Amino acid sequence: MRFKGRILHKFTESPVLELRLPAWRSRLMALVIFCCFGALIGRSFYLQIINTDFLQEKGESRYRRDLEISASRGRVSDRNGDVLAISTPMKSVWAIPADARLDPQQTKQLAGLLEADAKELSHKLNSDKNFVFLQRQIPPDIADQITALKLPGIGQDKEYRRYYPTGEMTAHIVGFTGVDDKGLEGVELAYQSQLLGRNGSRSVIKDRRGQIVEDVGSIKPPQDGKDIQLALDSKIQYLAYSHLKQAITDSKAKAGGAIVADARTGEILALANWPTYNPNNRDHLSGAQLRNRAVTDTFEPGSTLKPFTIALALEKGKVRFNTIIDTAPGKLVIGQATITDSQAHGPLTVAQVIQKSSNVGAAKIAATLPAQEMWGMFDGLGFGQAPHLGFPGEVGGRLRPWKTWRPIEQATMSYGHGISVSLMQLVRAYTVFARDGDLIPLSLTRAGPQRVGGTPVFSQETARELRAMLEMVVQPGGTAPKAQIPGYRVAGKTGTAHKLEGGQYADKYLSSFIGFAPASDPRLIVAVMIDEPGIAKHYGGDLAAPVFSLVMGGALRTLGIPPDAPLQVANGADAPAAKGKL
Amino acid sequence: MFHRLRLRIAEHVDGPLLLIAGGLMLAGLATVYSATYDTNNRALGQLFNLLVGVCVMWGVAQLPPQKLMRFAVPLYLLGVVLLLCVFLFGVKVNGAKRWLSLGFTRIQPSEILKIAMPLMLAWYFHKYESALKFRHFVVAGLLLAVPFALIAKQPDLGTAILVGAAGFYVIFLAGLPWKVLLAMIVAGASAAPFVWTMLHDYQRKRILTLIDPTTDPLGSGYHIIQSTIAIGSGGALGKGWLGGTQTHLEFIPERHTDFIFAVFSEERGLLGNIVLLALYTLLIVRGTMIAANAPTLFSRLMASSIALSFFTYVFVNMGMVSGILPVVGVPLPFMSYGGTALVMLFLALGVLMSIQTHRMLVKK
Repeated sequence: MRFKGRILHKFTESPVLELRLPAWRSRLMALVIFCCFGALIGRSFYLQIINTDFLQEKGESRYRRDLEISASRGRVSDRNGDVLAISTPMKSVWAIPADARLDPQQTKQLAGLLEADAKELSHKLNSDKNFVFLQRQIPPDIADQITALKLPGIGQDKEYRRYYPTGEMTAHIVGFTGVDDKGLEGVELAYQSQLLGRNGSRSVIKDRRGQIVEDVGSIKPPQDGKDIQLALDSKIQYLAYSHLKQAITDSKAKAGGAIVADARTGEILALANWPTYNPNNRDHLSGAQLRNRAVTDTFEPGSTLKPFTIALALEKGKVRFNTIIDTAPGKLVIGQATITDSQAHGPLTVAQVIQKSSNVGAAKIAATLPAQEMWGMFDGLGFGQAPHLGFPGEVGGRLRPWKTWRPIEQATMSYGHGISVSLMQLVRAYTVFARDGDLIPLSLTRAGPQRVGGTPVFSQETARELRAMLEMVVQPGGTAPKAQIPGYRVAGKTGTAHKLEGGQYADKYLSSFIGFAPASDPRLIVAVMIDEPGIAKHYGGDLAAPVFSLVMGGALRTLGIPPDAPLQVANGADAPAAKGKL
Repeated sequence: MFHRLRLRIAEHVDGPLLLIAGGLMLAGLATVYSATYDTNNRALGQLFNLLVGVCVMWGVAQLPPQKLMRFAVPLYLLGVVLLLCVFLFGVKVNGAKRWLSLGFTRIQPSEILKIAMPLMLAWYFHKYESALKFRHFVVAGLLLAVPFALIAKQPDLGTAILVGAAGFYVIFLAGLPWKVLLAMIVAGASAAPFVWTMLHDYQRKRILTLIDPTTDPLGSGYHIIQSTIAIGSGGALGKGWLGGTQTHLEFIPERHTDFIFAVFSEERGLLGNIVLLALYTLLIVRGTMIAANAPTLFSRLMASSIALSFFTYVFVNMGMVSGILPVVGVPLPFMSYGGTALVMLFLALGVLMSIQTHRMLVKK
């Protein structure tokens, strides 16, 4: 720039050109330029030499990303391999609003594919956020169509969606997952650690739009979760679910539950509850719908407990099959309390006490037994202890220590009051009659083909005698002829319990029936419970027994179990004598 | 014949100027290519722009400065009227009213003032050369202030600064009294807090961001952070042509236009920056040489203003990209992609060449 000054100087010597620009002004400008360019070089030196390492690192942190590769959660299937819960690959669609400059036509197309409102979509695309999710859980075929549009600033990520093909039918067994594949209910929660896969990772270079440019370093592959095969049989589950639902609707009941178990292996073949919910759409979910009643709710079982007291008395030699118990006049006073039968029966054999479900008979037999022995039996049957199936919220019910028992309590316990159990516990306890006196654990998953050995509670002889008594229950003169199944011998017991409400027995009932078939060689145990029926016929023999018959009959035929009785129904299915008893 | 044609074409072309500009153009073309080839290649478009620009330059260079002077008043008036139109019926894009819609296209009248402003003032001082009084400086100040205010109001601070600087250089070199200049500096400094309150929110934000870009790393600080990272990771020698990761991963915003220096710097390093600045210095030196050799006050003022405007462009742009000046929309001359701005630059080159090559004729 000094150059300029020199030139100017030359000009001043020219006589022709007297004009000139003042030299000091040019010099000042030259100085300014020198300083400014010097500052630029200085800044450049500062950034590129002194701070280059730091800035390079900063730069790398902007494009290098460790990505998770999501693993697929394991499937849940039934014993036949039918899928109950599956993770299907989905896509989430997102946008970087600054890059997503779509014309109205493109916005409309995208909105159409996302099934979203075009206005709302363009609002999202014009937001000042750096990143917005447009829609999650988009099916892959739709996602491909979106990719084909080649819209700027719109991207996709892989994710999974848990889908339950059998829906509300198996909701309580399978349960469901919440965000991040976390099991929240049922098997999804119980087997969370097995079902959950381990996410893999990869290091990538991403551009500003979040698009992956290339992989760097090694890829750690994801490990998918393990599949879980349940003992459940979808066909039998369907039977249990649909018949239970029908019966509850017909009887205007509040709720109900049904369980089908394999008597040989202890496998749970079906577990249905009502009310239920659709696990695929849980927007409006109430606590009542969520409850897996058969497992988490305890109730006073009522008469379904009588066979255990009788069996203990037989075992201890206090009574025999045909010992006569006088139940007249249908009342029994113990202390200040009175035990009643729904009608006076007079003298009954022990078998008839079961058949006709006499409370007085059961109480009298219980009186011959020491409290400690009765408690020991109940404890041996698993009452008061959770069944440890792995279900969330399993309960053990209430079995008070025998030392606190008063005589009246021992008496009522013999017919299932003053003690509480869950339907699942009842099913487990009944394995002793369906088998030769031994109790086996129940399982949700497949137990394997071998016959499981159980814990002996009663002798083989006692179990055989009880089976005969329980068979009488469904015969004419019993409380549940409606539980009969053409072609099969059936054994079972009704229960009709008054419900306790705030310490008082209210005018609300819980009807139940539990039984097994074929009685000659029991294969299946079915328990049905109907809570607070809204009609007058609230007895177990009227409400629960027909459901039992339908479910058990269907299940036996489904499994191809050979009949052990002639195909005609024994007379008196509707015999007036078949009145339920407390 | 062929020889004469060559002579005719080269007659009004200044060799050194063309050589320097050519070097810058090549560097610019290569950088535009690098910045855009993997997304939306603009190199061919830029080449076309350059060819148009060279034609304009050649055409303008054919006109003697006396003829150029005739354009001063009409061009200036046209520019100011169009700016008024923008103010009244301009099209608002991204919150700024800078464009006039002609139905088929949009024009940005402030571009005209980049050349019309120094042209007008140089003409004005040339006219009253013999009896320059203080009032002439006042008038010149007003002639400068009106378009400056209109452009700043749009708001387009970048262009306003360029137009204002181009005009100021003319007034300053025409002999603005030292005392007035000093008074202006003092007044400017004391008015700074007042100006601060008049700035738009986004402009204030940009100045604050300059002091500490991390206050708003995803908003107004984003540009500066990204460009300083790009420049810094270039190191001493750069990552090589097409090797700039920050560029190719699209972290640099507006990387083929205003922020092209960040791309260049990442790929060429400190060495490249020094070479680039040296080229620009040569351009300015050649421009001032032409000014010094110019026979008339008009030519001299005009050439000086153009040369110093190149400096303004370069310093404001590079200062902004490297994070020592606030972000304003100023392109890097002959490097940044863009049609109109480039053509205006070539027009300025043409004026310089005209002044240089018509000198002898005047002497004769």
